[in-house]
Amino acid sequence: MSSPERWTAARPDSPAATAATPTAEQVIAGLRATSEGGADLVQLLTPEGERVTHPDFDIDIEPAQLRALYRDMVLVRRVDRESNALQRKGELALWVPLLGQEAAQVGAGRAMRPQDMAFPSYREHGVAWCRGIDPTDLLGIFRGTDHGSWDPIEKRFGLYTIVIGNQVLNAAGYAMGQRFDGKVGNSDAEGNPAADDEATMCFFGDGATSQGDVHEGFVWAAVYDAPLVFFCQNNQWAISEPTERQSRLPLYQRARGYGFPGVRVDGNDVLACLAVSRWALKECRRGNGPVLIEAFTYRMDAHTTTDDPTRYRLSDEVEEWKLKDPIERVRAYLARNGLADAAFFEQIQEESDQLAVRLREFCVNIPDPPPDRIFANVYAEANPVLERQREDMLGYLAGFGGEH
Amino acid sequence: MAAPTLDSSAKPQQITMAKAINAGLRAAMDADPKVLVMGEDVGKLGGVFRITDGLQKDFGEHRVLDTPLAESGIIGTAIGLAIRGYRPVCEIQFDGFIFPAFDQIVSQLAKLHYRSQGKLKMPIVVRVPFGGGIGSVEHHSESPESYFAHTAGLRVVSCSNPVDAYWMIQQAIDSDDPVLFFEPKRQYYSSKAELDTSITPQPLHTSRVLRSGAHATLASYGPSVKVCLDSAAAAAQDGIDLEVIDLRSLSPLDLDPVYASVRRTGHLVLVSESPGEASLNSEIVSRVSQECFYSLQAPVLRVNGFDTPYPPSKLEEDFLPDLDRVLHTVDRSLAW
Ligand SMILES: Cc1ncc(C[n+]2csc(CCOP(=O)(O)OP(=O)(O)O)c2C)c(N)n1
Ligand SMILES: [Mg+2]
Repeated sequence: MSSPERWTAARPDSPAATAATPTAEQVIAGLRATSEGGADLVQLLTPEGERVTHPDFDIDIEPAQLRALYRDMVLVRRVDRESNALQRKGELALWVPLLGQEAAQVGAGRAMRPQDMAFPSYREHGVAWCRGIDPTDLLGIFRGTDHGSWDPIEKRFGLYTIVIGNQVLNAAGYAMGQRFDGKVGNSDAEGNPAADDEATMCFFGDGATSQGDVHEGFVWAAVYDAPLVFFCQNNQWAISEPTERQSRLPLYQRARGYGFPGVRVDGNDVLACLAVSRWALKECRRGNGPVLIEAFTYRMDAHTTTDDPTRYRLSDEVEEWKLKDPIERVRAYLARNGLADAAFFEQIQEESDQLAVRLREFCVNIPDPPPDRIFANVYAEANPVLERQREDMLGYLAGFGGEH
Repeated sequence: MAAPTLDSSAKPQQITMAKAINAGLRAAMDADPKVLVMGEDVGKLGGVFRITDGLQKDFGEHRVLDTPLAESGIIGTAIGLAIRGYRPVCEIQFDGFIFPAFDQIVSQLAKLHYRSQGKLKMPIVVRVPFGGGIGSVEHHSESPESYFAHTAGLRVVSCSNPVDAYWMIQQAIDSDDPVLFFEPKRQYYSSKAELDTSITPQPLHTSRVLRSGAHATLASYGPSVKVCLDSAAAAAQDGIDLEVIDLRSLSPLDLDPVYASVRRTGHLVLVSESPGEASLNSEIVSRVSQECFYSLQAPVLRVNGFDTPYPPSKLEEDFLPDLDRVLHTVDRSLAW
């Protein structure tokens, strides 16, 4: 992958679409098809569960590792479905489903080393899982009890960022810091990065690529050679707007204009996502960053629990993508090749049931924060104006004798 | 241009505000290797106002960064660097160009400590040369400080003289909170003051009585402080004794000295170049009328820029508060 010519090869013979190429039948049916990623799509496990090879990105993986990836995806999906249900029951104010994006997130998340840093947007429950964030720690945001409860520095996982694109610049700055701290480019003679070399991964959507902050993030990371992997999950939709509304060019091809590699990977193929992410992170640790990865995937559920996708997309499209389910293909591969038996699948099922119970119980028992939490941590240092407002509020509430 | 280091003998010396800020930055960078200076043209050129002159030469390109031309990028990456443990000092080239960074400042910089429940500190200083009176084209003379004082999570200060500038920039860099640091650009080189580096400066978020007087109080900040001092000197010749307070800290406001003054004088005039609608001065009017209701002998009056875009520079003399408008307003207050 050294030659820039390879990064984002234009292929007039088989143009990669911004979203994907509709078949003739689909065009006739008036369908906007999104299911084909084009000739540059990196894939290692087909939707049917066939292992295929790739000249640039391949991966040696033990059955145990593959089973672990399967487990991750099943549990992450269960967290997602359970949280969605909790919203339906009124226990959460909102949920942002990741259904369909498990492979992209687990593949990327498991490619990271402990010392690497991640900057998520708001749908990255699978990456959070890989960074060791307990799923219960995500609930406060959606129940309205906090804005995020984990320690971003300890977990190496930034806060969920709702303002589209903001985190991309924050990630670029963090990655610049990794470089300034000498944590990049300490490879040995074989080109293997040192054990404590670092990189950063930044997550955003297809819609986010239109934001100025993402463009600026590309520019900054490039000119400072920052060890930053831009991981764009193209789930084909930004709420109701298709990727064509964001770009003429397939998103991965944008990288070339900024002077770094861009790769489109099958975002429903956990092996390919792991392989491409590992490669990209290694390139970054070696001082060859940044890298853009476009994970070509699909948002199987609504944008959030308040969205109604029937207003803007056809169920045929969803049906098409169901055939590319990220979990089913791994299950098929494991089962067909005798790498996992029925007991394994049962055990994962049981584990996921237990997780769901734990999540439910935790959620309904989250206490409401005390009123003066409003004032906590606005500033790191004392602020007399806020201190006074806090006292006024507590005095006012005390006037109700605890009845308020 | 030689690097404007301070005379190594610690004896008091005469310096401009530009040199004072430079010396303050230099002292902060010497004291802490995590302090970075970043912005457009701040390195080789030393900034368009030469405030960072010589810093890149002395501290290297990794401590003084000539950044790409993107203000959201400057603040956005400074936030990431702060998460990484750095203490960035960002320069926004001119007041009118802070708006591309407004989103990062308001959405992330101001909120990250709160959103992370105190786990992420944001020790970032955003230096903004501000204010008018330099005969410049549009977007180069604005006073956007009220936007930031309105935003929870930010601290906002403005210096009015070289001595304060020297200390306040260091105190701002020392703060674990984000500080918007407004520098009155037309005073960068307009005068010198004697700097004695051996004293202990007053705390950053405190205002100061610069001149005491019995008849009325003028409160101001940044470039308008000098207008107030000049007005007080002129008024004295007519036997009117004006007290002048430099607010220095715009968020949080330190109004106790203002209340104390108003309780004595009964008259308060606020002076600022920014448009007055929903501005810092409106806030001060509200608080003073609450705290000093029975001491006031006239409503609090304001001398502000007008509620218009900053005008073409041929008109700026009529836009900016000047001695005549200040004294005219003092007269109205005293005659109430
Ligand atoms: C700056 C900004 N504008 C608008 C929104 C409202 N909004 C939330 S998500 C979204 C679509 C984002 O699409 P994409 O980047 O593809 O991410 P996805 O939700 O598909 O994961 C919009 C418009 C926002 N959060 N931030
Ligand atoms: Mg999307």
